[in-house]
Order: sequence, then structure tokens, then C-alpha cells
Amino acid sequence: MKHFFTLLSHEIRMLLVNPGTYIAATAFLVFMGFIFTGILESYSKTPQETPPAQVFFQFFWLPVFFMVPLLTMKCLAEERRLGTIETLLTTPVTTTEVVLGKYAAAYCLYVVLWGATGGFFWILHRFAGDARILDSGPLVGGYLFISVSGLLFIAVGVFASSLSRNQAVAGILCFTMLFALIIGGRFLQEAQWLDREAFTPVKAAVDYAQIFRHYEDFTRGVVDTRQLLFYFSGTVLALIFSILGVEAKLLHS
Amino acid sequence: MSDVPPAIEVSHLVKSYAGVTAVNDISFSLARGEILGFLGPNGAGKSTTMRILTGYLPATSGHVAICGVPVASHPDMVKRHIGYMPENNPLPEDMRVSEYLYFRGRLKEISRSKLGSRIDEVLELCDLKRVRHKIIGKLSKGFRQRVGIAEAILAEPPVIIMDEPTIGLDPHQILIVRDLIASLRGRMTVIISSHILPEIEMTCDRVLIINQGRVVAQGTPSDLRREILGHSSYEAEVAGDLSGLPDLLAAVEPTLRLATTGEPDALGFATLTMTTASDSALGEALLRTLTGAGLRVRALSRAHPTLEDVFLAATRRSWDVVASAPAPKGKTEKLKG
Repeated sequence: MKHFFTLLSHEIRMLLVNPGTYIAATAFLVFMGFIFTGILESYSKTPQETPPAQVFFQFFWLPVFFMVPLLTMKCLAEERRLGTIETLLTTPVTTTEVVLGKYAAAYCLYVVLWGATGGFFWILHRFAGDARILDSGPLVGGYLFISVSGLLFIAVGVFASSLSRNQAVAGILCFTMLFALIIGGRFLQEAQWLDREAFTPVKAAVDYAQIFRHYEDFTRGVVDTRQLLFYFSGTVLALIFSILGVEAKLLHS
Repeated sequence: MSDVPPAIEVSHLVKSYAGVTAVNDISFSLARGEILGFLGPNGAGKSTTMRILTGYLPATSGHVAICGVPVASHPDMVKRHIGYMPENNPLPEDMRVSEYLYFRGRLKEISRSKLGSRIDEVLELCDLKRVRHKIIGKLSKGFRQRVGIAEAILAEPPVIIMDEPTIGLDPHQILIVRDLIASLRGRMTVIISSHILPEIEMTCDRVLIINQGRVVAQGTPSDLRREILGHSSYEAEVAGDLSGLPDLLAAVEPTLRLATTGEPDALGFATLTMTTASDSALGEALLRTLTGAGLRVRALSRAHPTLEDVFLAATRRSWDVVASAPAPKGKTEKLKG
């Protein structure tokens, strides 16, 4: 792990000097700002039961579908397309360090971007002057959910990027996998054919992997270790597959 | 000295991809401080061999050791001993030259305190000082190539492997690169592959020619010339009666033969090519004999076979071997059917 921090600081530096990062960040904040103002407008019209933070984080999947592929599709696909992976892996660096470095940099950016949306709540707090609007419970829970689920989403993106040398293919692959993970679970839960006796274990697994339910629990302040385990183990698995993906491509290149 | 392992030792190296044998039983070894030129037509297995040497690709079978460290079992150790510049020299587009070298230096485990001065040193050595703050993506090909070389020698590894370092350079830049490689002689072991044969001839101590995954010739350029071509040749422009020429030539040197006779031009001068197995200079004796026999000689020169001739002869010979080998089984069965 000696080179991990060298690689991480290199990746973060490359993100910081890249104008694309700032454009993406601005676009993200504008988009999230629209959602936020939309929520506030609906609150000003009719009284609601749930705090605005909970409603805001309900839309987490929207930026995830677009942001995560954009953030991660480049990381390994670009290295392979340019051939710089060859120079990288002929230094005393292991594939694990390379994958983890890229993963950590993408995750940092993801968390920082989401962290920036905290500004919305600060502005609301500053100008509304009403402490009731801003319930800190769902807020903290929501950000915790974003940071924990982000681990898995970014890892899936890195895995997709390790499979192709074409950024577009990697991006679409990532989008599809995230879609299956987030929406597919919800869809399967409602499927009638899973109610049969024989499918009970499958049904249990599907129930366990309900990302929307995890989100609800987190924003209600319930942090279940089983859910944490789901994200951590999923992350580790996706990263192991990414490492294997990079090495397998070397063997067959 | 004898207990120091050779810088590079390769024995019976085989690499096959999905049924295609890219490298077929290559063996060679290279002493420390030597410069080896790696020659071969496209697809001969040069790049594959180099990648195996760096530990980037695993070999199918065979043994490779760099400075006595086996590549297969200790790839991490080997990577600390080599500087590698891959084919086409891939570089990140959006970094500055000094930034890139700093990043690579850190990856190659050069301490922070030494790295700054070492970067200055290689920038100076590769004549890159002017562009140190430029973005790599905006550099010309020659500069990019030199950035690649600077990167390869950055950590002062005992072994440097460069895949076509002079490709796409103009003659002036080739000269700089050649001097740079020559300046490493004795300090570092260098393997370069190239298509530009005079390059190899001028910089390399030894040449290894491979074709279709096999070593077809190796040795110093002059050894190869003697071994592959087996003769030196003379060219003369002569006018007069040429019928008694073979006897005259045999009198000069028993193995001297007339190889080709050109058509006489308007002035009656024909171009003759003579070959001999002898290595000694026969020019003077030949000139005296020809003029003594009443022939008019306008020009006489000893032809210096270039490495190009050697290369062509060696690769042609190996193709002949492959072509004359028994046909694969499937094919013969098909013919029978």
C-alpha cells in the first residue's frame, strides 16, 4: 500500500486541474438546486408530514444514475485505451493499488459533490429562521446513507470501467448495473412469481437488497449493521472483480 | 566478477496467445553495461519479449531473470530494476512534463529529497529543460519521445528496455537519442528495438535478430555480417575483354569469384560484382591485376554490407526454414481427403 497515497494524490490532482470536474460539479449543483427549490415550493403551498431533508434524499438515485458513470467511466478504461496502464504496471505498483487509488479518488469527488449540497440546507436554515424545518436527524441520516451507498455505487462504476477500453461502453455498462441494482431490486420485490415456496431464499435476498428501504431506514435514524454489511461487502466484491478484470485483460491482451 | 549474474538472462522463453506462438524458444543473455539491439520484422515477437522481460506479461514457459532475479516469481523486485518505455510511448495528455516525472519518480520509490535534483538531471540529459512546464499533450513527437526516455532512466535502473525509441523522430532528434543511449553504455544495460538498422549498428554492442518468434541471428554487427552473408564483395567498373577474368581473379585470391556482370554502357564500361570469403583487403592487388591484364578500370570499391543486408538475409533464411518445414497435420489430411 506504499504507493496508494501517491496514486490517490495524483488522481485528485488530475481531477482538480481538469475543467470538466468544475463543469460537472456546477451542473450537479444546479440540478440538485432545482430539486431542492421544487421541494421548498411544495412545502410553502401545503403543509407536509415529512421533513424536507427526507424528501430531498429520496431523489438520490437521479444524480447517482448520471454522476457515478461520468465519474468512474474514465478511470481504468482511459488508462487502457492510452496504454498508460502498461507504464503504470511496470513500476513497482500493484494492480490493487492502482484500482484502489482510482476508486478512492472518484469516491472523494462523489462525497465532496454531495457534501456541497449541504449548502442548500445551510441557506434554508439561515433564511427560514425556523429550527423546525431543519430536522438534523434525517439530514445526518441522509448524508450517511449517501456516503455509505456511494461506496458501492462507485465500486460498481470502477468495475464497469475495468471491463472495457471504451469509455462510452464503460459508462453505459455502469448505468445498467446501477439501474439493475437500484430499480431492479424494487421491481423484483413486487414480482408475483417470487412469492412461490421454492423462491423463498431468493425473495429473502431481494428483500435484503432493497436500496430504497435502506434509504428510508437511514433517514429515519435506523442504522442497521446488516445494511452496512450489504454495502461494504458489495464494495469489496466489486473492487476484487475490478482488480481481476484489469489483470485478466493483461493476460489476454 | 564471475559471481555477478548477467543483467538479463532469458532461456527457452515461449509465449503463446490463444494458439498463436508469438515467442518460440528464445534464449539469450546480456552482460551488465551492454547495449543490445533487438531487430525483427513486424510481428516477430519483439514487443512481446520486452513485455515479458518487464514482468508486464507472464510467459507461457521458460525462464527470465533480470540481475539474477527471476521475473516469474519476483515481479515486484524486477520492476525496481528496470526502466521501460513501451511501444508508441503512451503518456498522459494533461500533465506537465515535470509533474509527470515527479509522479513517476514517486512511483519508482525515489525519495522526495533526491527526486527534485534527479528530475533536473534527466531534463538536462534529455534536453527537455525548455519544455519542463509544458503540457505533455501539446508537445511535438520528438519531445514526447524524449519525455519517455527521461522517464525510463529517471530512477537509474540497472536495466533499461525501450521499444522503438527512435520511431517517428527526425534525423536531428535521432542523433540526440542515439547519443543519449550511447552515454548510458557501461553504466546501464540497455535493450532497444528498432526498425532503423543504421541506428542499431551505431549504438549497439550486440544485435539479436528474431523472426516469427525465433532467434535467427545474434552477435556483434560485424560477426553477423560475416556469419550471415559469409563474404565481402567488391564492385568495379571495367572496360575491355572480360573473358579471362575468372582466372585472373583466382590468381588474386582463390575464393574470389565474379558474381554478376552488368551490361557495358556507352563507353564500354561494365559493372562487375565480385565476392570473396576472405576478410583481408584485396583492393590494391585486384586493381594491379586488372590493369596489368590490359583492362581499363574506372572505379573499384569494396562494398560494405549494411546491417540491413544482414537483416534481410537472416530473416529471409528463417522464412525459408519455416516454408520448407513439413505442412501441419490438418492440411495434409485435408489433401488426402
